[in-house]
Amino acid sequence: MPYTTYLVEKGASHSFVAEAKPPTVTMPRIKALMTGSLPGFVDVVRNLNSPALLEDSVIRQAKTAGKRIIFYGDETWVKLFPKHFAEYDGTTSFFVSDYTEVDNNVTRHLDKVLKRGDWDMLILHYLGLDHIGHISGPNSPLIGHKLSEMDSMLMKIHTSLQSKERETPLPNLLVLCGDHGMSETGSHGASSMEEVNTPLILISSAFERKPGDIRHPKHVQQTDVAATLAIALGLPIPKDSVGSLLFPVVEGRPMREQLRFLHLNTVQLSKLLQENVPSYEKDPGFEQFKMSERLHGNWIRLYLEEKHSEVLFNLGSKVLRQYLAALKTLSLSLSTQVAQYDMYSMMVGTVVVLEVLTLLLLSVPQALHRKAELEVPLSSPGFSLLFYLVILVLSAVHVIVCTSAESSCYFCGLSWLAAGGVMVLASALLCVIVSVLTNVLVGGNTSRKNPVHPSSRWSELDLLILLGTAGHVLSLGASSFVEEEHQTWYFLVNTLCLALSQETYRNYFLGDDSEPPCGLHVEQGLDGATPAWQDGSACDALERDKGHRSPSPSQVLRGHKKWMVLASPWLILACCRLLRSLNQTGVQWAHRPDLGHWLTSSDHKAELSVLAAISLLVVFVLVQRGCSSVSKAALALGLLGVYCYRAAIGSVQFPWRPDSQDISKGIIEARFVYIFVLGILFTGTKDLLKSQVIAADFKLKTVGLWEIHSGLVLLAALLFRPHNLPVLAFSLLIQTLMTKFIWKPLRHDAAEITVMHYWFGQAFFYFQGNSNNIATVDISAGFVGLDTYVEIPAVLLTAFGTYAGPVLWASHLVYFLSSETRSTWRPSTWVSQHLESQHLASQHLVSQHLESQHLASQHLASQHLESQHLVSQHLESQHPASQHLASQHPESQHLASQHPASQHLAPQHPESQHLASQHLASQHLESQHLASQHLESRIQIPGEQLSSPHLNQQLVSAPSSITEARSPSLHFPIYKATVFRIREVVNPPPWQTGSGL
Amino acid sequence: MKDTDIKRLLYTHLLCIFSIILSVFIPSLFLENFSILETHLTWLCVCSGFVTAVNLVLYLAVKPNTSSKRSSLSHKVTRFLKCCIYFLMSCFSFHVIFVLYGAPLIELALETFLFAVILSTFTTVPCLCLLGPNLKAWLRVFSRNGVTSIWENSLQMTTISSFVGAWLGALPIPLDWERPWQVWPISCTLGATFGYVAGLVVSPLWIYWNRKQLTYKNN
Repeated sequence: MPYTTYLVEKGASHSFVAEAKPPTVTMPRIKALMTGSLPGFVDVVRNLNSPALLEDSVIRQAKTAGKRIIFYGDETWVKLFPKHFAEYDGTTSFFVSDYTEVDNNVTRHLDKVLKRGDWDMLILHYLGLDHIGHISGPNSPLIGHKLSEMDSMLMKIHTSLQSKERETPLPNLLVLCGDHGMSETGSHGASSMEEVNTPLILISSAFERKPGDIRHPKHVQQTDVAATLAIALGLPIPKDSVGSLLFPVVEGRPMREQLRFLHLNTVQLSKLLQENVPSYEKDPGFEQFKMSERLHGNWIRLYLEEKHSEVLFNLGSKVLRQYLAALKTLSLSLSTQVAQYDMYSMMVGTVVVLEVLTLLLLSVPQALHRKAELEVPLSSPGFSLLFYLVILVLSAVHVIVCTSAESSCYFCGLSWLAAGGVMVLASALLCVIVSVLTNVLVGGNTSRKNPVHPSSRWSELDLLILLGTAGHVLSLGASSFVEEEHQTWYFLVNTLCLALSQETYRNYFLGDDSEPPCGLHVEQGLDGATPAWQDGSACDALERDKGHRSPSPSQVLRGHKKWMVLASPWLILACCRLLRSLNQTGVQWAHRPDLGHWLTSSDHKAELSVLAAISLLVVFVLVQRGCSSVSKAALALGLLGVYCYRAAIGSVQFPWRPDSQDISKGIIEARFVYIFVLGILFTGTKDLLKSQVIAADFKLKTVGLWEIHSGLVLLAALLFRPHNLPVLAFSLLIQTLMTKFIWKPLRHDAAEITVMHYWFGQAFFYFQGNSNNIATVDISAGFVGLDTYVEIPAVLLTAFGTYAGPVLWASHLVYFLSSETRSTWRPSTWVSQHLESQHLASQHLVSQHLESQHLASQHLASQHLESQHLVSQHLESQHPASQHLASQHPESQHLASQHPASQHLAPQHPESQHLASQHLASQHLESQHLASQHLESRIQIPGEQLSSPHLNQQLVSAPSSITEARSPSLHFPIYKATVFRIREVVNPPPWQTGSGL
Repeated sequence: MKDTDIKRLLYTHLLCIFSIILSVFIPSLFLENFSILETHLTWLCVCSGFVTAVNLVLYLAVKPNTSSKRSSLSHKVTRFLKCCIYFLMSCFSFHVIFVLYGAPLIELALETFLFAVILSTFTTVPCLCLLGPNLKAWLRVFSRNGVTSIWENSLQMTTISSFVGAWLGALPIPLDWERPWQVWPISCTLGATFGYVAGLVVSPLWIYWNRKQLTYKNN
């Protein structure tokens, strides 16, 4: 920019570096420039649709002063200041891809307007540079061209103003400023140095400058512009301005005027201070202001009395310094004070948030429990009394606060109904918390009595999940970790994959080392007095049971499935690595080249088209398996429509039309897809509702959930940019792999699966190219299929497009959990898929059983060691058979009758027989008890279970074994058989007790 | 018996630590401008060489496992070759894992590979020395209750602590402190080294404190 550089270095100008306060987006920045106030972060949201500005501003003051204002450029101005401009031409700023037309739209008026000269204020807002930054970043070659174009514009305006100056008495002021800077990636919104620092150059023939006078640009605030402009134009300073006059601008004026200007500014600031700060008199700025006002009065008196020199000048410069200091302090204290805090509303909000947080924290142990269920107890009369009391107290407080409040209060401004709703919510939450707390305290005592199961120790995976979650929370304390949060998630997800792979390997190669060893198991039940044989046989039986009933997992999953299980963590790792190089996000490494940029460059359109088509195909293949046929067809058509939409807007191409030039906005195609999205979502919801009505139909519910999931997938496919479509495909691929080969075979519990879904969802948020920087939000997703800006759909679509990753993983989680609960109730797989709760119950049975056996054996052994020994030996030889028979239960009676050994023994040892029978009878009762317990646990399964033949057999067989067992001699083997049966049930296959527990 | 074993373990570990310290100071006698951060790759090579050498010497000198029954020359040679292959394989698999974790694929490949080498030096080489090229023994040692001697116990601890150190070493990379050691892979190699040293120091002490509770099947 040669001309501008010349002006800055040599010309009659003042240049500054104006610091813009974040958020550095256009609308709040224009507000700051014109009103001098500090807009908040709420304005980022309003940036999309700017309402008219009601506050006092330079424009407004100029308008009331009867000045003619002309504006060309960004439409935001027209929206902010409607009816203020005598002439205007606004340009929409959201079509970022255009950077020539937006500027030509401004320039074409320029010649005419400069020639006419019938205006007092001309505002031009050029958009092209910002748009180039958004498209291709600050290092683009386009930037240079654009800057030289802007330079020529400045030269044109400046020369025309200079030629006019001879005709008018007043000098012109040309202000060149930027509303915000540009970050390394070319966008803006955050608070990095590049975004915050903007140039500010004031050019006027009124400024004197000696040759060789080199000044370095001072750092000032962007809000100072409003006050300076108002003073330069001879207007009142806007009421809410916190800026101070840029003093170099008025340096050339006589001392009296300088002091007058400063006085005006300080008076305005001190008034603002009086309005906002109750104890303004103690503010150091205000004290300085009073002091300088007094000095100023003295100076004026002196000035009026005698017109001369040195004393006057010295006092004058003292007053000046005093004023400047006052300005600085006032401005500073105002910019920290201006944000008003509505204490009451904030406290209400904090209380509600804290209550919800406490409730969540209290229910964490419950939710992390194996069943992952959350019980909110509500219906106790004591609590309802508390509830009404709390409501009464809260309403009383509300009335008192709202009637006595002086400043405006948002919460008091709400209608009574809404305020009442909030109070009901707050008190209800309080009561729930109290009741949960009492439950925890009462329940804690009972649960402590339960023995701690050895199987409930934590695996490495649980440790990782806990440490990772805690570590992520801690990492948010460092700002770099927030900026680079994607690195945290990628790291955690990768580590999770490695941990999963370690778990699969341990399960498949090492067998089940988490199964407690046999010796340990028996030692629990049998004390030192136990005879050796008992120990050995029990252990033997346990081991043989294991060998027989629970084949090792490698036998269950043969061939390719086993290899898939072993390879899937590595596949997922590879997928994550590919996705990671697709979009570079964050701050430090965002400028690195990535696949996304390579694909979106216009030379690689063919590659992008192929990739998009393949991704859509993969999406279809993976999604269609769970859908009904209608949804399948809708999905296929919808995905086809997505491709047509992308072809219509020109980002991909059809093979038969490689270079089609006709680019439309693709409204029809996009709406075509929307119809299918809504259709699939509707079918899914319908199925879901139907399954709620027909309570038993679990299948319909899963299908419904999956259809909703697929509808969301289709919507995401439409909204994602074409180079992001692989993200969607890989997300579905990883979900499928995890479901099939990791979560189902390894039997993770609900809490682990939920956390894993959350991690992957977060990682996919960043895989899409998002970051914690607001500038990475892809606004274009909000305009898919809309020809004008419509607020609600645009906001919804943008939000969904941004959070598609987490949302899709959440919907998959819902689907997966519901399908899991269904499959555990399925009768055919019931035996092999022991519910964990059942397993725990049966462990109790084992210990009971072992104890009873132990007592029995002690008793018997002391008297009839030898005979018992024979029996047991005999039984052991029969052991495999009895096992076999046990599984085919009705024949166990048969075994009993066939078994001669105990009968043989009877005549030989009548006494012992008698004793034994007595004893056995008691044992028999116990075994009956066990059997009935066992049956009970089985009968708990709902109605459909009963129809299974297996269970019927058992229901029939157990009583028959009891009735057959009348005579003591017959009864013993039956007892054994029953015991074995229970045993084999209570020793679930090892892979179930594996590390999932 | 046991106390002397622990003492021997402690001395060998101290020698390993000493070799790492030497690898920092000795090269500066021969090479100009040697420092860990600036000529990091040289240090990696030197350190890996020193640690491997010390491990081999200690293995030959102390011989914690007395299982080698056959000692024909051809057997020894094949065993040695197998060890070399295993070492290379572990280097390459670590390299693959680093790339999957996000290390750049093409640029800095040498740096990544040397990181893989040093991590293999800290983990695979002691395993090879102690257990030999015997995957079953490795699986046994790294499963939950498969340790049969204090040597294996300390091996388990040093290996795991090296891995954890390397893992933790990656954490400061995203921070904006602009320090020279935040460059890939310096923080990770340093983390692995510190983890290894910590494992070497802690494992004899831990074994000493828990010597009453520790019961091995073979002892």
